Amino acid sequence: MNEELIVSGRMNPGIDPYLHIWHWQIPLYLFLGGVAAGLLFFTSLYYILGKEKELPTAVKWASFLAPVALVIGLFALFLDLKHKLFFWQLYTTIRISSPMSWGAWTLMLITPLAFVWSASYLRELVPAWDWKLKILYDFEKLIIKYRKVIAWMMIILSIILGIYTGILLSAFNARPLWNTSLLGPLFLTSGLSTGAAIIMWMSKDHAERALFSKIDLILIATELFFIIHLFMGFLASTQVQINAAELFLGGEFTVSFWVFVILLGLVLPAFLEVLELRGYKVPVAIPAILILFGGLMFRFIMVEAGQITRYLY
Amino acid sequence: MRYAMAIDTKKCVGCGDCVVACQTENNVPIGYCRDWVVENVAGTYPRIELEIRSERCNHCENAPCVRCCPTGASHIVEGGVVLVENNKCIGCGACIESCPYDARYSHPDGYVDKCTFCLHRVQKGQDPACVSVCPTNCMYFGDMDNPNSDVSKVLATRKFKVLAPEAGTNPQIYYLI
Repeated sequence: MNEELIVSGRMNPGIDPYLHIWHWQIPLYLFLGGVAAGLLFFTSLYYILGKEKELPTAVKWASFLAPVALVIGLFALFLDLKHKLFFWQLYTTIRISSPMSWGAWTLMLITPLAFVWSASYLRELVPAWDWKLKILYDFEKLIIKYRKVIAWMMIILSIILGIYTGILLSAFNARPLWNTSLLGPLFLTSGLSTGAAIIMWMSKDHAERALFSKIDLILIATELFFIIHLFMGFLASTQVQINAAELFLGGEFTVSFWVFVILLGLVLPAFLEVLELRGYKVPVAIPAILILFGGLMFRFIMVEAGQITRYLY
Repeated sequence: MRYAMAIDTKKCVGCGDCVVACQTENNVPIGYCRDWVVENVAGTYPRIELEIRSERCNHCENAPCVRCCPTGASHIVEGGVVLVENNKCIGCGACIESCPYDARYSHPDGYVDKCTFCLHRVQKGQDPACVSVCPTNCMYFGDMDNPNSDVSKVLATRKFKVLAPEAGTNPQIYYLI
């Protein structure tokens, strides 16, 4: 027996009986940030590669969702803050050692870029749209002229955004489940995969759909490899990380993780996509929704379970 | 200067005076606390051991809360004391997540609050509230860089441990064992 009891009656809300300072806002933001990163990555990538005509959904239409996802995600982040009126303090400093600080700055840069990018295609989407003011037409002309520069900035920022959602968690060495450098690449892969799923879902063009189906398959395979690698790393590590892994290998998150994230969120959509690529009729919405659902569940489970894991002494 | 605290687990009876003294001295809101008492029972009956520890912020030399703070509200002042500047804190919770000792809590006013080593008392030459009220005199506070301070003297003669040294934080609360 090794029992630790707080006998002075500590009941600090958010800490006792176990840490629960982050609620639904953070995992929702991590998911939406990943989706936006995925969408903007493919948008910029295929614009830079000059595939605007062949892949209109990826370059033009899907990117309209990115600013929406970012704004909802930022609002969720704002809701998470407990000292809300001081949020601007984030932008009075740059702290290299704090992933949250450079994440905040990345969002500050990529959100307006995502808006500008969508605005430059708005009149193609809605031909009747009128900007009303001449200055806005001039601005539109300017951004259309510099689309390539914006695409290069967005592709770099989207990778940073996608990977930072994982690094944010992995920087907390007090939470053994998060404290692995694999979390950054894993969250990036998952974010790209959810972005690709949305493009696949929205696309009307068969070739474009097939391309993003294949991209998604590669990303799902990478994600599965990372997850296996994650558990191998935990089980070969210290007691606290073995305990963290055991939450998923028989512990309280076993069913939710293996059923919702692995089976429904990765394996089943991958199977359906293979069937579709082989020529079977599968409604594209089903694998896409499953991937998005799996990505959302993955972040909720990681944030929830990570807060339970801790050092023992 | 390097402030530190040594707590004698053999003398501590777990009365909780330190907790109440801190709450009174620092106007800690009702229902919250900056320090707390842990009773650790290890072994199998009849061979069991009891260790009582008064715990609080460890004022780590390599403080993860300061590293993770996005605004610089968590900072280290003279003597290695880790403090939070209320008007810079946005209440994001990063420092609470990053603390291996769960020493921080979210104050009802929004910012994050924690032990300050009673710096306002220490600067006047007094001991922190918890140390000054301890009825068994099991707590020692002082400057580690001064070999004649209470804490240096007791650490020179007794065996001690720190909590979760593997977290790499270099904590400054020493438990005499």
